[in-house]
Amino acid sequence: MAPGWRSSARATLPRAVGTLLDVVDLQTHFATRGGVVRAVDGVSWDVVEGETVALVGESGCGKSVSALSIMRLVAAPAGRIVGGRIVFKGRDLLGLDEDAMRQVRGRAIAMIFQEPMTSLNPVLTIGRQMTEGLETHLAMTPTAARKRAAELLSMVGIPDPARRLAQYPHQFSGGMRQRMMIAMALACEPSLVLADEPTTALDVTIQAQILELMKSLSRRLGVAMLMITHNLGVVARYADRVNVMYAGKIIERGTAREIYANPRHPYTLGLLRSVPRLDEPRRARLDPIEGQPPDLSRLPGGCAFAPRCAFRVDRCTVETPPLRPIGGAGHVSACWEAERLSAARETVGGRR
Amino acid sequence: MSEVLLEVRNLVKHFEVGGGLFGGRRGVVRAVDGVSFSITRGETLGLVGESGCGKTTTGRCILQLEAPTSGEILFEGRELTKLGPDELRAVRRRLQVIFQDPYSSLNPRMTVGDIIAEPLGVYGIVRGAGARRDRVRDLLRKVGLLPQHAARYPHQLSGGQRQRVGIARALAMEPALIVCDEPVSALDVSIQAQIINLLEDLQTDLGLTYLFIAHDLAVVRHISDRVAVMYLGKIVELADRKTLYDDPLHPYTRALLSAVPIPDPELEARREHLVLRGEVPSPLDPPSGCVFHPRCPLAEDRCRSVVPELREVKPGHWAACLLA
Repeated sequence: MAPGWRSSARATLPRAVGTLLDVVDLQTHFATRGGVVRAVDGVSWDVVEGETVALVGESGCGKSVSALSIMRLVAAPAGRIVGGRIVFKGRDLLGLDEDAMRQVRGRAIAMIFQEPMTSLNPVLTIGRQMTEGLETHLAMTPTAARKRAAELLSMVGIPDPARRLAQYPHQFSGGMRQRMMIAMALACEPSLVLADEPTTALDVTIQAQILELMKSLSRRLGVAMLMITHNLGVVARYADRVNVMYAGKIIERGTAREIYANPRHPYTLGLLRSVPRLDEPRRARLDPIEGQPPDLSRLPGGCAFAPRCAFRVDRCTVETPPLRPIGGAGHVSACWEAERLSAARETVGGRR
Repeated sequence: MSEVLLEVRNLVKHFEVGGGLFGGRRGVVRAVDGVSFSITRGETLGLVGESGCGKTTTGRCILQLEAPTSGEILFEGRELTKLGPDELRAVRRRLQVIFQDPYSSLNPRMTVGDIIAEPLGVYGIVRGAGARRDRVRDLLRKVGLLPQHAARYPHQLSGGQRQRVGIARALAMEPALIVCDEPVSALDVSIQAQIINLLEDLQTDLGLTYLFIAHDLAVVRHISDRVAVMYLGKIVELADRKTLYDDPLHPYTRALLSAVPIPDPELEARREHLVLRGEVPSPLDPPSGCVFHPRCPLAEDRCRSVVPELREVKPGHWAACLLA
């Protein structure tokens, strides 16, 4: 490990303590021709120091917009954060001016995007892109920044870092680019990394490499991570806690073990049932979730999942179910019929 | 029952790159480098591998969207690479494709009804506008859409519905073989299962044969009868579904299976992960000997020089590994 990294707090403190990020009733809306889209519709969640939290859901559920909202990078004027608080280390990020926010971005909170090629500048060398942040945020001299950039590249497993710094993004493979994004994200020793589908564009064998790298680095450096993904397998392997999103709302949250062993929202249950699994005997037929994902500008009244739900009762189409505690360990579900699901879970993918 | 519908013999497809207007190093990309397999009528053969392994190019050669550099493709007993344009046109009807991206593979200016009806008219499968309308309605129902969807445009449909339109268009031609190139990978998880079930139902009802090209090993296991694993332009392992997943012989197959995360945190915590080192080498300059040797955890000296042939290690179970 490169000198200067803070010691691995995780190793001595198996359970990290303080809340790092507290998102309270966040609402991010987009004005479209079809009306207002409530991409993030009153969402609350938190990240504790050093832990990995997952935001899971399908396209359009609001998971990426949640991350962009934290960085205050939602594309204006169409998109706007219209309500809520984003409390990071005790400060509400929504109250900061642009200069103060720039000190947060890339320094205290870093982001890793799905497609590294589109988030890197194609006409700047890797070295320049890496040293820029170090010079701006950490006031390093160009020479020191370059040395540090080389250290970072070797930390993420890029061989021959000195030569690599002089190259351009197109000279890197997809996996190497993503390693570089990780190195850049960790450059200023952030306390939180937002990773938006970090391995979706990669092949499975490279995905495994990158995820193992992210896991070991976040452990070693004590960095908390928000992992945004649609891949239930990735979440199972890497997340401590899971938030499941549907149509702009969190519909279930719990520890990864609870969510997978004891899902208490029909959508979570449906997702887990619909994927074929390599560890189980092949099923004759898959159990899909019927219907189509909702149109966010024309959401039905009541629970947004109701039209596709096998557990629907009359109340579901009238009253929106709030997140409420179900079972222990912070497990919450936004379903009127959550209790009824405990019997149904026995049939999830043929669990014993 | 075991009538061979498609046979691919020693298929090679090389692309020349570089030189020309933009210069660059001249070279030959060996996208498909000696691939052989056959598919019997009514079966599904899964073709898995990572990006750049040649699985899509193999499919495109079979569809005659690419002219193979060498090799033979026998479909319903006819050698496709030797057919003239008219004969090929007739064969194309029996040989259809479903693409990965339902957004870019449908004409945005045509209604769903016109998209499906067009080949019916062009090929004279159904004559008369009224009869074609009926046929379109019938096809929409077969793929789980409603008659009123015929009047819509692709942008008015969801991803899953668009993929259903793509399937209906393929079915309109009454094909024997459908090449499904990553047909569910652009779809949301909750929709993937719908489309896979639909493909399976259609296969049963219409006696279809599928070449199912995908990178998702769990999906391929679910839908395929037999599975071929490709790496750098070659098939490295081929077996029936159960044998390949329960008892893989090739180290690459084992690594692929190990790399797939399973949606169960308790199992994942216990599971041993075999993480491959390095990346897929460039097909411009493939390694000597076994193309997998630079990443193989078991590689020996001879793997660097001897090219392993795909051989039948056990009855019906083929592997291209000296150590298998």
